[in-house]
Amino acid sequence: MPHTDSDIRRMLDKIGVDTIDDLYADVPQEVIFREDYDIPSAMSEIELRKHFEALGEKNRRLTVFGGCGVYDHYSPSAVAHLLGRSEFYTAYTPYQPEISQGTLTYIFEYQSIISELTGMEATNASMYDGATAAAEAMFMMVASAKKKNRVVLSATLLDQVIRVVRTYGKFHGVEVTVVPEKDGVSDFEAIMAEVEKGDVAGVIVPVPNKYGIIEDYTGWAEAIHGAKGYMAMYADPSALAVLRTPAEWGADVACGDGQTLGMPMSFGGPYLGFISCGKGMLRKMPGRVVGATKDADGKRAFVLTLQAREQHIRREKATSNICSNQSLMALYATIYVSLMGKSGMVEVNRLSCDGAHYLYDRLIESGKFEAAFPGKPFLKEFVVKTELDVEALNARLLEHGIMGGVNLGDGRVEFAVTEKRTKEEIDRLVALLTA
Amino acid sequence: MKYYDKLIFELSRPGRKGYELPADEYGKDAMSAIPSELMRGTEAELPEVSELDVVRHYTNLSMKNFGVDTGFYPLGSCTMKYNPKINEEIAAMPQFTQLHPLQDEKGVQGALELYYNLQQALANIAGLYEFTLNPYAGAHGELTGLMVMRQYHLSRGDEKRTKVIVPNSAHGTNPASAMVAGLEVVEVKSKPNGSIDVEDLKPLLDDTVAGIMMTNPNTLGMFETEIMEIAALVHEAGGLLYYDGANLNPLLGKVRPGDMGFDIMHINLHKTFSTPHGGGGPGSGPVGVVEHLAKFLPNPRVRKNADGSFSIESDGESLGSVSSFLGNFGVMMKAYAYILTLGRENLKNVGPLATLNANYIKESLKDDYLLPIDGVCKHEFVFDGLKDKSTGVTTLNVAKRLLDYGFHAPTIYFPLLFHESMMIEPTETESVETLDEFIDVMHKVAAEARETPEDVKNAPLTTIVRKLDETTAAKNPVLTYRQLKSAAEK
Repeated sequence: MPHTDSDIRRMLDKIGVDTIDDLYADVPQEVIFREDYDIPSAMSEIELRKHFEALGEKNRRLTVFGGCGVYDHYSPSAVAHLLGRSEFYTAYTPYQPEISQGTLTYIFEYQSIISELTGMEATNASMYDGATAAAEAMFMMVASAKKKNRVVLSATLLDQVIRVVRTYGKFHGVEVTVVPEKDGVSDFEAIMAEVEKGDVAGVIVPVPNKYGIIEDYTGWAEAIHGAKGYMAMYADPSALAVLRTPAEWGADVACGDGQTLGMPMSFGGPYLGFISCGKGMLRKMPGRVVGATKDADGKRAFVLTLQAREQHIRREKATSNICSNQSLMALYATIYVSLMGKSGMVEVNRLSCDGAHYLYDRLIESGKFEAAFPGKPFLKEFVVKTELDVEALNARLLEHGIMGGVNLGDGRVEFAVTEKRTKEEIDRLVALLTA
Repeated sequence: MKYYDKLIFELSRPGRKGYELPADEYGKDAMSAIPSELMRGTEAELPEVSELDVVRHYTNLSMKNFGVDTGFYPLGSCTMKYNPKINEEIAAMPQFTQLHPLQDEKGVQGALELYYNLQQALANIAGLYEFTLNPYAGAHGELTGLMVMRQYHLSRGDEKRTKVIVPNSAHGTNPASAMVAGLEVVEVKSKPNGSIDVEDLKPLLDDTVAGIMMTNPNTLGMFETEIMEIAALVHEAGGLLYYDGANLNPLLGKVRPGDMGFDIMHINLHKTFSTPHGGGGPGSGPVGVVEHLAKFLPNPRVRKNADGSFSIESDGESLGSVSSFLGNFGVMMKAYAYILTLGRENLKNVGPLATLNANYIKESLKDDYLLPIDGVCKHEFVFDGLKDKSTGVTTLNVAKRLLDYGFHAPTIYFPLLFHESMMIEPTETESVETLDEFIDVMHKVAAEARETPEDVKNAPLTTIVRKLDETTAAKNPVLTYRQLKSAAEK
């Protein structure tokens, strides 16, 4: 705070009061806080760095083989450098388009990139995370399907996604039915049996699913649409560079978490949620949207658009209470995908996939692990079963600086491999697991 | 600056690359073995550009932006304070950014300690019992807080409490969050000074009311002096008080929401605790509650154990989960660094100096701008446009003219209580010299409105793009590069 004593005196004189306390004269005396906050004393930068370094030393940086929605992908150096431009990170939401074309342009690029990955026509400016984006996808389907107040989820969606969708559904008054999986994949017959009851607005299924399995949705969209329901897909946007897209599967909405687009794992956030849809559902879509237009001189420019859906105009009649986006993370995703480009996005998936299959093959070969879902195709993540004590195995790995697979219980363990892992690291993991 | 008008897609050339990856040493092309019907039928049309292309492109884009580091943001209700650089560096420490949210608790003790200490600090600053840091933004915090409110009533079997009282001057997110939380909004009138009309409130308080949402100071920057009476009335009626922390900044060092009778609140770490707005996010919206509501906070929770270690737990009476993991951890790191930097000695000066700055601007400009409610304000205040209404110059015109002079515009046409609202919040990090420059420019614009009104009405004149055609953008939405290209081909 830059105020000198003489500044304060001059300002108080202008205002016509004697002390700063006089500016609080209207506040009832009984609520004035007269103590000191119970927080540490002020720290200099030197002390602050030492404080955080000491905290950091209580953390363990590991060679990560865990996934379950969060992956240790590599981010090219240029991403962080460009994100550090303070014209980006100290800006407010671009309400004044004339001085916010930087933000508006990259959001337009972000929308374009996510639309390319999902195959959908429209994408919003981003949401908080994948789980909340799935909850908003649920609301979109309920708002589009008149007088149907139930949504069906496949149990093969990530646990954190199901948890959040359930919470939003419970409070908003949408019934959420989670249909159990069958052999590690969504149960088509059981889900259709629910949809055909006539009160279901839509279905949410994953690409790939929580076990890493790439499910086959042939015929799903036709069947769900035939029963007058909508289909939403929860997808890994990085994997969509190679996998069949939600649009190709016939989905009406796509959502998911942008963490896989090179974002640091950051102990759970910040990431971003994305949501895409066809033009038909556009006006039910929550959140900010950027569109192209022209200025008074005919120059191309970008602007927040379709704001008539939003809370600051519609208040309680808005499509959502969302009033921000994860703008800087949308920039992250945009720069990451631009650097990796058309071929790099495919190569990241190929390296991760080949590494994951190499690990899988070694584990099966060892005789100590067997396939949890034999024959099911996977990209960068898979589940194996073992008679060994998974907790003890993971504790041993931790001693060696490795985060092993996520323990799913009942001897099942889920491993993920990204392009950051090397053959040597995998060999070492296998040696420790099978010793 | 030279006008730069490219999209990253327009720099793309087939075969150009901006990355290097290690060679594939696994000796088996597993991806090609995946059944083709599970793979994409067509390639994604992603950019093909070099690293230098990308660096120049985004550097050029950044120069088309205004940020706190570029200039002054008198943006009401947004608390655009300076974002100290050290906080960015700390939040980028790999000892934190490389933690997987599901890794063993033994390896994340430093992160959990930070999370716990920030919870405790916020609880003390707010005068409440416990905080969750899971919500991702202010509106998300509101939604979470309202879920706590409903969960509390439901846990007592009181299912008829489905209404929430919201002042008609409230931020638009308040009623929208209530709608998402499944609550019905009942508006309470404001008096001409923006304060809640207690006489209008009384008859609304029946046994169907879950609670009330308020900001204090209110959206006009005026302190709700009858807050203790309002709190007593709402509590007597069996309702809870929700505090919208959007306007918390002026209370730092002076008043704690918990001491005013509030039961639940959210804090915008990206406002009061100085984490950057990021062009719209990521933010963080921690929610705090009084003791008897703590068990309803969302899962997962961070707890301190008897042996001094920390663990992540889930509580059976919780409302559920509102986030994938523990929220925007990277944002929390910046807020915690800010609290430690200011410390016990200086954090208490934030509110008073923010209030001083706001009153100084108000008193300096009320000769040219219409101040509908005279008197001491807190962190912000509202003008109802120019005093001289004969010029035909509107609040929008003034806002756009400010862009020409290198300032961000104030928040305009909010609150809805006046036709020409212009809401100004300077924050405590601005020096009196910056405020004086802003005051001079505001006077200059007022003079232009009298002498050369066309310059103001046609503003902005010097920005890299001028007034935009927003109507066409909404009528024929062009939302992607693919659509832009096909529109151009038509």
